[in-house]
Amino acid sequence: MGNSIEVKDLTLNFGSVSVLKNLNIDVQEGEFVVLLGPSGCGKSTLLNCLAGLLDISDGQIWIKGKNVTWAEPSERGIGMVFQSYALYPQMTVRGNLSFGLKNAKVPQAEIDKRIARAAEILQIQPLLDRKPAALSGGQRQRVAIGRALVRDVDVFLFDEPLSNLDAKLRSELRVEIKRLHNALGNTMVYVTHDQIEALTLADRIAVMKGGVIQQLAAPLEIYNRPSNLFVAGFLGSPSMNFLKGKTVDGGRAFQFGSTKIDLAGYEGGAVLERDQAILGVRPEHITVSTSPVSGPSMPAEVEIDEHLGADSLLWLKAEGTNMSVRVPVEGRLPPGTKVHLGLDIPKASLFDAKTEQRI
Amino acid sequence: MADVAMHPALTGPRGAKPRRLLSPRNIVLYGTLIVVCMYYILPLWVMIMTSLKGMPEVRLGNIFAPPVEITFQPWVKAWSEACTGLNCDGLSRGFWNSVVITVPSVVVSILIASINGYALVNWRFRGSEVFFTILIFGSFIPYQVMLYPIVIGLREIGLYGSLWGLVIVHTIFGMPILTLLFRNYFSSVPEELFKAARVDGAGFWGIYFQIMLPMSLPIFVVALILQVTGIWNDFLFGVVFTKPELYPMTVQLNNIVNSVQGVKEYNVNMAATLLTGLVPLIVYFVSGKLFVRGIAAGAVKG
Amino acid sequence: MAGNGAGAKGGSRLFRNLNAKIAAIPMILTALLVFVGGTAWTVLYSFTNSKLLPRANFVGLDQYERLWDTSRWVISIGNLMAYGAMALVFTIVIGFVLAVLMDQKIRFEDTFRTIMLYPFALSFVVTGLVWQWVLNPEFGIQHIMRSLGWENFAFDPLNDADTVLFGLLIAGLWQGTGFVMCLMLAGLRGIDEDIWKAARVDGIPTWKTYLFVIVPMMRPVFVTTFVIIAAGIIKLYDLVVAMTSGGPEGNASQVPAMYVYDYMFQAQNLGQGFAASTMMLLSVLIVLIPWAWLEYGRKSRG
Repeated sequence: MGNSIEVKDLTLNFGSVSVLKNLNIDVQEGEFVVLLGPSGCGKSTLLNCLAGLLDISDGQIWIKGKNVTWAEPSERGIGMVFQSYALYPQMTVRGNLSFGLKNAKVPQAEIDKRIARAAEILQIQPLLDRKPAALSGGQRQRVAIGRALVRDVDVFLFDEPLSNLDAKLRSELRVEIKRLHNALGNTMVYVTHDQIEALTLADRIAVMKGGVIQQLAAPLEIYNRPSNLFVAGFLGSPSMNFLKGKTVDGGRAFQFGSTKIDLAGYEGGAVLERDQAILGVRPEHITVSTSPVSGPSMPAEVEIDEHLGADSLLWLKAEGTNMSVRVPVEGRLPPGTKVHLGLDIPKASLFDAKTEQRI
Repeated sequence: MADVAMHPALTGPRGAKPRRLLSPRNIVLYGTLIVVCMYYILPLWVMIMTSLKGMPEVRLGNIFAPPVEITFQPWVKAWSEACTGLNCDGLSRGFWNSVVITVPSVVVSILIASINGYALVNWRFRGSEVFFTILIFGSFIPYQVMLYPIVIGLREIGLYGSLWGLVIVHTIFGMPILTLLFRNYFSSVPEELFKAARVDGAGFWGIYFQIMLPMSLPIFVVALILQVTGIWNDFLFGVVFTKPELYPMTVQLNNIVNSVQGVKEYNVNMAATLLTGLVPLIVYFVSGKLFVRGIAAGAVKG
Repeated sequence: MAGNGAGAKGGSRLFRNLNAKIAAIPMILTALLVFVGGTAWTVLYSFTNSKLLPRANFVGLDQYERLWDTSRWVISIGNLMAYGAMALVFTIVIGFVLAVLMDQKIRFEDTFRTIMLYPFALSFVVTGLVWQWVLNPEFGIQHIMRSLGWENFAFDPLNDADTVLFGLLIAGLWQGTGFVMCLMLAGLRGIDEDIWKAARVDGIPTWKTYLFVIVPMMRPVFVTTFVIIAAGIIKLYDLVVAMTSGGPEGNASQVPAMYVYDYMFQAQNLGQGFAASTMMLLSVLIVLIPWAWLEYGRKSRG
């Protein structure tokens, strides 16, 4: 399998503002890559550059082995699905699907064939002669996907396609997009700020911030081994607990306030002794006990408990730091309870506080 | 407390608050509005009444009173016999001149301005915003400052005094407000629609004619209203840029009513005035809220 | 491979967006050639002694000295300032008060608005001629009041040099206040409903809320309205031509725009026309520059 998309040293400046900085990313054929990040991180901008809707300042974009850096959007062999669906309001669904093909002077018989196929895949046959205004949000997004489908291209670009839908519909369409990807095997680049979408859909996730890709890896890798503080804090809800302290004993332990935590089993690089370090532990990688526990642990006091239905969240204070811990429903404790927290060090992440990089 | 709870119906107000239609506030409010409306309606009323009276009745009576004997003679005379300084074939000539001037001016000015607005929103190029800013500030420059250079320019290309010369002038001076109108409208069209059309391979003109134009009919109607009334009502450009044979209706009306020779025929004058105001009035009453939208566009700076 | 698309489309920058640039040619020509070029040309030639034809024979400020020595010009400027001040104050105050009345959730709002706004659809020529007739001393308001018993009632503004401006004002307000009312009403409607709820909960009387809360919040609307009216007043021309032709007593209601037209196109004294129109431009700038500065300042402050 070759590379479907190659971005080489891509830079984009708006005036003196640098929006994308020297980006490099390769997407393999048939791969599903999600660009994830907070608003303003440049993820949609990058997608628009791939589509040719924005002219880049420097670098190259290759799609299917062709340099498309200067190519028009319609010449790049891409299909695109937008957040607001972007259906032409005055045309019927059929008109929307055929508009691009007519511009490309595809013969009518071929157009009909492709529309029939797309309509079948997306189950929108009964809607073909309706106007977009007569469709529900979910139906509109199906048509928008159909518009990319009929183009018969290898690369699909999705720009936050589910953001305008309500929660229930969003999860339905999410599954449908995954199914579509499995069935068609197209390369897909998908922009979202929703981490659930990213984690469920992606083969690989590119977490972006400030026009720079912070980490590009498989979802679990990103979740379990975030490469820096930003990625660690951005993924996961509630956020990872960050304990500020220092590493001692030649890197074998972490000093957090008056508590010393044994780092045996930590999976990462050489810890060494650092006087400013941050230990990151996800809420589900902590156990709570009212009696002292063996292994790495620390004392804490319960402040609030939140019932979430399937499980509970305990908000605690340890050494003056706020922490959250996910516990089973039966593990709930009243505020004020003194507890001991057991930390799962092999699943924890250690960061250098100065470089903010994972150790 | 318990007592109140037991007999809620007996203690204090209950249910909908009473409203009096003839409250002092309403009397003052509607009274003022009605008096104000009289001020606005009065001239129209006087115009219509006077135009339906014979001259003897005009001289004797009260301008507010309805005609004792209705006559349409003043209208006929205003249309086909009233004299300007030059000829005596009535306002009909001016009417047709105005039609001939207004139709191409409206079409050309709207076409150009809508393309401007579209280019400004979707196809920005280096300097496009600068030209637009100049255009907007230019709309505040008194026309008098630019009249003579335009006269020279039109003379150079051989259009001074011709119909098409005036069409160009109306296109130029209508451009700022119309471009603003279309620019603001097109910028409210989701940008993603434009992007989708580009991915679908449509170019500058393809997107304009196939996507933007069909979905912008309301704003074209607003522009149409704005331009029809504006160009129909123009006086200055008509005087400056055309020959007497081509004078628009407003200029001819002024020449008829304010001509010094002959006996003043007020009923004919009022019929002529009404005739001249008829086209914008019809546009106004038919268009309703769209007219408001058009004039408000000038006040909303984008 | 090297050079094949490395970097952005540098060399072809001029031809990128070519269609958009071609489509924008009318706008660019209007902005640069007519608005900037035409204005600069007129200003430049106002320093020449051009008579029948523009000649580049520069005479410094001669035309301006002559201009300010001409009593007709001085009267024109005085008239413009007096009329302008009155028109601005009355239009804005009346427009705002009407908008407040219309904002009281009244019935028949559409009808009231239709009546108040229709004069705005009419041309100044029509407006001037109608009011000329209504104010006619022999048949109009004065005649009616006298025939009702007030034998000494005198109301003949158009034939009295001292009051002719009020005559113009009555007509001008009739034509324009409805428009300002619409702008103000749009401004009032644009104010957050919660402000009203908060004021009501705080027990502030309605009139106080309008005066101390709403009016300050509507500052941008007032400023924009002010600029639009002021720019319109400086262009004032058709109304005076139709209503008084600049009289009575020759010059009593002259305005700068008439002076420009007469010297440019009738008296064949182009230099005077250019100097006078440059003065008009200057007066617009006096209004416009502080406004642009405020606008710009507001945007840069966020």
